[in-house]
Amino acid sequence: MQFMLSFSETAADFANRDNPATAPAYWGAWNAYVSAMGQAGIVVSGNGLQPTHTATHVSVRDGKRHIHDGPYADTKEHLGGYFIIEVAGLDQALEWAARSPNASTGSTEVRSALLPPASA
Amino acid sequence: MTTRAAVAQRAAETAARSAFGRLLSWLAWQWRDIAAAEDALSDALVKALERWPLDGVPDKPEAWLLAVARRQLLQVARHDRVRCDPAVTMLLADEDSEEPSDAFPDARLKLLFVCAHPAIDERVRIPLMLQTVLGLQVADMAPALLMSPAALAQRLVRAKQKIRDTGLRFEEPAVDDLPQRLHHVLEAIYGAFGLGLDAVDGAEERITSLGPEAKFLCKLVCVLLPNAAEPRGLLAMMTLIDARAAAREPQPGQFVPLPAQDPQLWDRDAIVVADKLLWEAARLRNPGPFQLEAAIQSAHCHRLFTGSTPWSGIAQLYANSNSFYPTLGSRVAGAVATAEAGELEQGLLALDAIDASEAGQFQPWWVARAYLLDKRGDVAGALDSYERAIGLTSQSRLRAHLQKQMQLTARSVRPT
Repeated sequence: MQFMLSFSETAADFANRDNPATAPAYWGAWNAYVSAMGQAGIVVSGNGLQPTHTATHVSVRDGKRHIHDGPYADTKEHLGGYFIIEVAGLDQALEWAARSPNASTGSTEVRSALLPPASA
Repeated sequence: MTTRAAVAQRAAETAARSAFGRLLSWLAWQWRDIAAAEDALSDALVKALERWPLDGVPDKPEAWLLAVARRQLLQVARHDRVRCDPAVTMLLADEDSEEPSDAFPDARLKLLFVCAHPAIDERVRIPLMLQTVLGLQVADMAPALLMSPAALAQRLVRAKQKIRDTGLRFEEPAVDDLPQRLHHVLEAIYGAFGLGLDAVDGAEERITSLGPEAKFLCKLVCVLLPNAAEPRGLLAMMTLIDARAAAREPQPGQFVPLPAQDPQLWDRDAIVVADKLLWEAARLRNPGPFQLEAAIQSAHCHRLFTGSTPWSGIAQLYANSNSFYPTLGSRVAGAVATAEAGELEQGLLALDAIDASEAGQFQPWWVARAYLLDKRGDVAGALDSYERAIGLTSQSRLRAHLQKQMQLTARSVRPT
């Protein structure tokens, strides 16, 4: 079964990415996590994401297009990256989610993927 | 709320908390249907909250609850003649007319044996026990078990249906079966205890840990089976592991591995109590895996009295344990003990002997491998293994500890 793990990080987590004092531990933990998933052979695809200020929101309401820069202002956590993994079931997906470094500060959402019906 | 209502509510809650497992076990044992027993018992609790504020709290609240729940079960049975067993109906009808007595047989052990029955899915044995015997709620257990609350609730329902439909026998197992069946019960109890120890971050938000619950269940088994050695071994082992809690995490968020712990922070009294338990178990002359594991924990704790860890003794205990009861965890720990006792290459060979498909995602295997490769001076190999271990860790304090170890190892390559 395919699941999407969405890693939500706090502002402090994002700040740790570039702070010389914390960056090695931050990236070390993520590299270790991603390579453990790779070694387990479960990765379908995935990426980390650039910081939230690079985000752009697009919406169309009543035929009018709205575009604004940056993240939604009111949330404490923001998407820092995602992976699609292929595992036997929810139990295993939750196990991998619990291992994600952001889980102890932010949160990781596990969603089962909605796959297109097989066209056979 | 009037005072009387408040008193009645408190009485109902107290009766429910202190006697839930005993009441439910007895009803489930009589009825052979855990879900029906649970429904009847919660109906009785609701009735208590209605009646007690008006009539006053009965002298024997538990007996009152039991009588009402039994009547409820009987009514359901009358409605549902297809499923109803005439023998059970007779039994209930008979007892229904009697004065409720507060002496009812303790069926909790029977229920424990049913919950840890080989026919029940291994993953659901622990929560089934905690729910039926201790009355823990799904929402409290799910984080500790790393399961989604909805999935856990569904599994519990399915397990109870299976127990009812397959008619798993609510009896103490035959003498021949007892050691094996008891082992399943103890394994589930130890599983619950272990969840408290290695819990993923945040699991402790609602329940500090399942440790106290596990110890309570184990004490219960000790009392109910006074001549069994293994429950005493397990209780000794859990007591010894708990005795080191303060040294394992001297500061919040810190992690200190066993060899680096300050023994002065260990709970000396608890260690003495556990050693006594282990002696009691040994006198029953019926050795088993939990007694061996407890003996290993006890040997570690003797650093408090002697100042050094008896590594070769520990390695020997692991060798015994692994030749009879090999588990992944104890094979890894045994390999480290062998290395600590001076046989580094033997220790590494023992690690490599574990099948990669088992070891690949077992975090302690990678930690052990990193530690032993570092001891051997294989810095590249050690760093690689530390990285895998970090990637498989779900506790931030453990991750931070491993990252520190990794740094220390990396630094050791630089010429000084």
